Amino acid sequence: MKEITILSGKGGTGKTSITAAIASVAEKTVFCDNDVDAADLHLIFQPEIQEVHPFSSGFKASINTLECTSCGICIDHCHFDAIDYNEEGDLVIDPYHCEGCRLCERTCPENAISSVKGKNNKWFVSTSRFGDFVHAEMGPGEENSGKLVSQIRKKAMEIAQNTQSEYIINDGPPGIGCATISSISGSNAVIVIIEPTLSGLNDAQRLVDLIKIFNIHTYAVINKFDINMTMTQKIEQYLISKNIALLAKIPFDVEMVKSMTVGKTIIEYNPASIISNQIHGIWNKVKEDQDVVVH
Amino acid sequence: MSYKIAIASGKGGTGKTTVSVNLFKRLNERQGTKVQLVDCDVEEPNDIIFFCDAEVIDVQEVSQKVPEIDSEKCTFCRKCVEYCEFNAIVVLPTVSFAEINPTLCHSCGACSVACEDDAIIKYYKPIGAIHYYKTKENNGLAEGKLEIGSTMQTKLIRELKKKISDQNDIIIYDAPPGTSCPVVETIHDSDYLILVAEPTLFGLHDLKLMVALVREIGLEFGVVINKVGLGDNDIYEYLVNEHIELLGEIPFSKEYASLYAEGEITGEIPETIHQSYTEILDTLNLKMMHHEGNHHFKW
Repeated sequence: MKEITILSGKGGTGKTSITAAIASVAEKTVFCDNDVDAADLHLIFQPEIQEVHPFSSGFKASINTLECTSCGICIDHCHFDAIDYNEEGDLVIDPYHCEGCRLCERTCPENAISSVKGKNNKWFVSTSRFGDFVHAEMGPGEENSGKLVSQIRKKAMEIAQNTQSEYIINDGPPGIGCATISSISGSNAVIVIIEPTLSGLNDAQRLVDLIKIFNIHTYAVINKFDINMTMTQKIEQYLISKNIALLAKIPFDVEMVKSMTVGKTIIEYNPASIISNQIHGIWNKVKEDQDVVVH
Repeated sequence: MSYKIAIASGKGGTGKTTVSVNLFKRLNERQGTKVQLVDCDVEEPNDIIFFCDAEVIDVQEVSQKVPEIDSEKCTFCRKCVEYCEFNAIVVLPTVSFAEINPTLCHSCGACSVACEDDAIIKYYKPIGAIHYYKTKENNGLAEGKLEIGSTMQTKLIRELKKKISDQNDIIIYDAPPGTSCPVVETIHDSDYLILVAEPTLFGLHDLKLMVALVREIGLEFGVVINKVGLGDNDIYEYLVNEHIELLGEIPFSKEYASLYAEGEITGEIPETIHQSYTEILDTLNLKMMHHEGNHHFKW
């Protein structure tokens, strides 16, 4: 079984649209939406949810002002600047800064601090017209998105093994931080979707440097390549210098936007379009390569 | 005190950077106003692309204090393991093994407090750098750049924001995409938040996630719709139903997208887009004046 992760560095380059399109052509595949921060793939998949699981995001501390003597020992121990006096002179914890380390709770001489676990995140196991689908919903402002990604990937792997699927395709998050690192580690291949802009190239370069640490086979797709030909050429030169295979140069086409608006993949919307043809090409090439590695 | 404006979006690629840079440059044109742009998208900072003549003034490394166990001093009591909420410490007394996993460590300091044998040593691990630039207009641009492979983006944003002088009249925070902790760190103390949204299925869905977040934090905010003409009209209905203020609309233009591609977004821009920013700025001025009560800004 092969796990393929679609990433981009920069947001909005077309990861989800392309993942959805590949879903229309990939068989025996389990899909997993790793962009738990702003998950969108389910809008196209329109999944039937089979299981809902809560996901605990770690502790948040709070101070009982009736017991607190305002000694300030907790302030000295907090490494996250999460504790301060409010206008009334009471000590309060900013829940958005609290990392849940519970050190304040342990060091408070009055036992005035307690912590509770957040249960604001959920993840789902679903079925869809493309196959099994694992996805998540994060509570606003929650942390630990990296851990949530690891959790849903683990489940996708389990389903893939039980159903004898050949592939897992992950729709990844933007950026190069914890959620991206959680998405990359253990993948067999990464497809980087690049838009022909300076930011698109910059961000892709930082992502490629990150993927290199994990030593994972990397492919690239230039999306909306005709927005700027100079930039497209620069990206092509960069990919050659890094020995990264360019799978396709997809043109800008309003049909792609229109298909998303009606909740369809480009292949469902217009199977005869140039882009649909390119999607088949992308998937065949990845499949061929990954199979060669197997045997 | 500075007036802090944060620009965020939920969905990536909706135009946060374009809006941030355009507002920054236009606010700069006002005589005597000190404006600071802060690129908080530390995983992928790009604001600097649009200032080809900016000079680097300073670069400061930011590091994280990571603990390590001195196995000579360690008595393998496992008290640090009990204290660590992040499962970052492994202590096996039978084989005299004690180790801290730096990737799982949040640098909270709990193990140091737990240890009674003085066996926790700390070393500094780089998590990124803060770059300070001076733009042609003599105003400042600061950017956080995450060390590749580091997962400490939120800490870097916190350090970056701490370094910004409150002597500025206006500070613009360009936020990363998403709705989780790095975004909260960027926007939570802003006086006004601009959400840049796209009139598409994904754009609207992610805007709703962002609205849920900012309402929970309790921030004053408004929406700029970018790439108008691409997608559909559902977003307008949503804004009306939710009583959310529409600050302005920026039309989609393939020509402008192509200019943006090479780092040109403020010079030769189409008249319609120019007009959009003028409107957004007018509304923003009212917000700032309102914020200052009856005291107008110095311009």
